[in-house]
Amino acid sequence: MDLERKRLGVATGTLVIITFSLVLVALTAALVLAPRELQMGDIQRLFYFHMPSAWIALGPAFTVVFALSIAYLVTGKLKYDRWAAASAEIGVIFTTVTLLTGPLWAKPVWGVYWTWEPRLTTTLVLWFIYVGYLLLRAIAGEGPRRARLSAVYGIVGWIDVPIVFLSIWLWRTLHPRLLTGSGFSMDSRMLAALMVSLVAFTLLYVCLLVLRARTLAVEATLSGLRAEIRRRNRRGGGS
Amino acid sequence: MAFFSQAWTIARKDLLTELRGASTIISMVLLGLLVVLVFNFGADPGVESAALARSGVLWAAFLFSGVIAVGRSFASEREAGCLDGLLLCPVDRALIYLGKLIGNFILVFATGVVILLFFTVIYNVSLGLGWLGILLLLVLASVGLATLGTLFAAVAAGVRARDALLTVFIFPLLVPLVIAAAHTSTLLLDGKGLGAAGFWPWLLVVYDAIFLAVSFMVFDFVVED
Repeated sequence: MDLERKRLGVATGTLVIITFSLVLVALTAALVLAPRELQMGDIQRLFYFHMPSAWIALGPAFTVVFALSIAYLVTGKLKYDRWAAASAEIGVIFTTVTLLTGPLWAKPVWGVYWTWEPRLTTTLVLWFIYVGYLLLRAIAGEGPRRARLSAVYGIVGWIDVPIVFLSIWLWRTLHPRLLTGSGFSMDSRMLAALMVSLVAFTLLYVCLLVLRARTLAVEATLSGLRAEIRRRNRRGGGS
Repeated sequence: MAFFSQAWTIARKDLLTELRGASTIISMVLLGLLVVLVFNFGADPGVESAALARSGVLWAAFLFSGVIAVGRSFASEREAGCLDGLLLCPVDRALIYLGKLIGNFILVFATGVVILLFFTVIYNVSLGLGWLGILLLLVLASVGLATLGTLFAAVAAGVRARDALLTVFIFPLLVPLVIAAAHTSTLLLDGKGLGAAGFWPWLLVVYDAIFLAVSFMVFDFVVED
């Protein structure tokens, strides 16, 4: 048991170190090595943070919540619920980063903070859905009931997202668009910086997920112990 | 057949309770009408607002009053252990969900009709044959709202959340429904037929079908205790 725990600790430590170094490399690539974009200037560098955050938000984070929610409902193991919760929390953070960096980039480039573009609008709805998910967890106390209810939310919410995107996409394509694409041709160094950044963000997601799930596991053990102590004290006081 | 008659028994019980108490129905209808009224003050007086803006008002009123109805459906069961009694019935859990769903659907749809009538009067909309289209649209939207509403009302009741929280849970999930419904009704308010709406009513049908199926699958887990 102790040996296993030690091995797990070493693995996590290695993951943290690799992630940290890669994030440093990505920062250097994005802020120093990648050339300055001709028309947009330095503001384009936000792209190296915006796009990878959007990838985490729209890609793995909530899909993991969905898969683990099903896994929990099938097996009833609280472990899956904790990992789902961790993934949702991190997903909401990356969604928030996406929603903050987007307008910051859009304002100088497009002249507006916000446009009702399908991806943007879907990301905003996504944010609302999973903040709702976290809100539900926050008020639901602890244990199997919370796990069950939030698993249901995690499943329904994930199924909803593609339909949201589809409906917004159909809605917008029927209207004249004020702004068309953000297209700019990418230099090979820009592309390299983006790739490094994508890998770094993905690792960062995994790293945060592992650490957060661990914290949640410790919290659960702790509250179990507290309950046990309370029970014993009560029994001791009663007799 | 026995399945549906049993589900109808639950729906009937809910509807009777609401009719006898009346406070939920009255507040639903009044809230819906007030939303229509209040939104009107945001519009420029004297200028005929666009059909798009007007149908936004219609669906906002529909959503807000609908949340009250579905919120009540499980909150009221928590009193005096009614929910436990209901769950102890020797019937399938899916049947309890269906019963609640039917009751909520009727409440939401009926209130929707009242809101729609008020809306057409104060905005001087003459729908003509469009009535058929918009009633069908209201049926589809009510099914969608009642489906997710009933499921999440049970979730919210499970954590003793208030109605405001139920709104936060289901409004983002209802975004596709609102877009499809608002789009179709805009065309109908412009005097076009349902055929002009193309895929939008179908999107609603698909949306309803998907979440009906999902809700039936997961409802068991929501009330399991």
